[in-house]
Amino acid sequence: MFETIGIWIAALLTLCIFSFLYKDNPFYKFAEHLFIGVSAGYWACYYYHNVLQPNLFVPLFQEGRPIFIIPLVLGIMMLLHLVPKISWISRWPLAFIVGTYAGYYLITYLQTNALEQVTATLVPLVTFSSVVLFVGVTTGLVYFFFSKEHKGTFGGIAKFGIWFLMIAFGASFGYTVMARISLLIGRMTFLLKDWLHIIQ
Amino acid sequence: MEEKKRSLGCLFPLTRFFIFLKVYKVKRFITPFLFLLVIAYGANQLQAQIEILLPAPVTEVTVKDKPNDSGESIIVRWKKSLDDGAGSFSVKEYEILRSVEKDGVYNIITTSPAGSEEYIDGNTIDGKDYYYIVRTTDGVNFIDSEPTEAVRSSAQWFHRGRINMLVAAVLLSTFVLWFIRRAQRGEELYIRPIAGLKAVDEAVGRATEMGKPILFIPGIQDMDNIQTIAGIIILGRVARKAAEYEASLLVPTARSIVMTTARETVKEAFTDAGRPDLFDPDKIRYLTDAQFGYAAGVDGIMIRERPAAVFFMGAFYAESLILAETGHSVGAIQIAGTAMPAQLPFFVTACDYTLIGEEFFAASAYLSKESRLLGSLKGQDLGKAIFIGILILGCVLATLGIGWLTTLLTVGQ
Repeated sequence: MFETIGIWIAALLTLCIFSFLYKDNPFYKFAEHLFIGVSAGYWACYYYHNVLQPNLFVPLFQEGRPIFIIPLVLGIMMLLHLVPKISWISRWPLAFIVGTYAGYYLITYLQTNALEQVTATLVPLVTFSSVVLFVGVTTGLVYFFFSKEHKGTFGGIAKFGIWFLMIAFGASFGYTVMARISLLIGRMTFLLKDWLHIIQ
Repeated sequence: MEEKKRSLGCLFPLTRFFIFLKVYKVKRFITPFLFLLVIAYGANQLQAQIEILLPAPVTEVTVKDKPNDSGESIIVRWKKSLDDGAGSFSVKEYEILRSVEKDGVYNIITTSPAGSEEYIDGNTIDGKDYYYIVRTTDGVNFIDSEPTEAVRSSAQWFHRGRINMLVAAVLLSTFVLWFIRRAQRGEELYIRPIAGLKAVDEAVGRATEMGKPILFIPGIQDMDNIQTIAGIIILGRVARKAAEYEASLLVPTARSIVMTTARETVKEAFTDAGRPDLFDPDKIRYLTDAQFGYAAGVDGIMIRERPAAVFFMGAFYAESLILAETGHSVGAIQIAGTAMPAQLPFFVTACDYTLIGEEFFAASAYLSKESRLLGSLKGQDLGKAIFIGILILGCVLATLGIGWLTTLLTVGQ
């Protein structure tokens, strides 16, 4: 019984969202506002149960680990944004978050986006694939060089690099569109199979 | 099959004994004696047979603290049994037993499949002695190795396999700091024009002329994502221009912290432009964390507010094409910037200008002309030039069969 009601609600909301393909209308507005409201509430509960409780309340109040006073204080400072007179205090935890993550990711990105990529490209230039790899990576890097204007030979190499990028984007575009079509198929299957029982 | 033959073979002496009695008609008094002798011989043969059926034990069992880690891990290594993948092929698995005393009780802590020769025990207490036994089993019978010597786990301050990372990070930081210093001394650092950036001012101006708002979307990730940070820096520039032109700026966000940061940034930009009175915090609002809920909300804003300019600056996922297509359908000039490789094709297709990957990060430096950002960009450029040099040298060396450069650059895990 409840499952059937759930399927009907899901199907009607799906149609409401699809109605946007025609134009903006009250059905879409209803589904949109419902989606945003429900998901915002859902994520608030999710963060409380999966982030705040296990990572702050339990270690601090149940296990008595005093180090967790620091995130508690930072969290309270963040909430002070709601008090106009002292809202400037909320900048401090923000600066802490931004600074910490910038430093943390410097090393991560240097490893994954620089050293490991370079190491993987150091291949013997004996096959067509390895030559394409080498030329593509090198000319691509030249395109992302900002200290010199793209003119003359340097500009030509950079242009070659952007061609490589565009070919890669084209391939990626086709691949991702295929994946999106599968999402549409999933929705249509839900409507025709679970809701209308037209297909088995 | 050979093993089976050998086990039946132990019965042949008994058969031969009865034939002997029948053929030579041995006197009755020596019969019991001979019978006992044969039984003893048979038992001995059976004992030998049981020993043959046991799998060969593992050899060379060694233990050591796992190097370059944060402690609480011990590596147990052994040379696999002769019957593992060879011999009688009887080894099913290895059981790893651990004790805190050499002659104490050993408990099974895990099993490793046949063929394995290493196990990392990641459940130890640093500074405590542990002893290990590797048990070879065929599923029924087993044989243990000798207990190992005592071993302790410990944490290391430095990961010696990642010294190349340290060198790279120090070098890159030095370049960046050097260029920042040069920029702060007033030296003019050249950055080539980036096509998409020239369009930023044009887009804001267009929105002002049309009397329509500007929509700025800072991606769907939080402030821990470097792309969101870059997006917020560009938002500062866009907000400043919007304040100067008295244009309306809308910033829907998918994260509450991004909303707070965006409000601070826009407020500061409006104040710097001398128009703090135009700042309206309600125009920078949080919608939802849900990816497609956010996409639906932004689509609704686009259709109802009909912005003249849309900026997509940050980290995007599957919602990118939905947003960009809707923006295109309302006739807005669209400028995107992201470093998400899978989403770039959609922005390239649906937007008027796209800042690809590092162009997006360069944009914040280019727009702000801020010495620290300019210095960072120039420092990274020098790093890229060095990497291009390494690529050329490394590929030539690899073609010649020389691999030391690859080894030097390989980062330890």
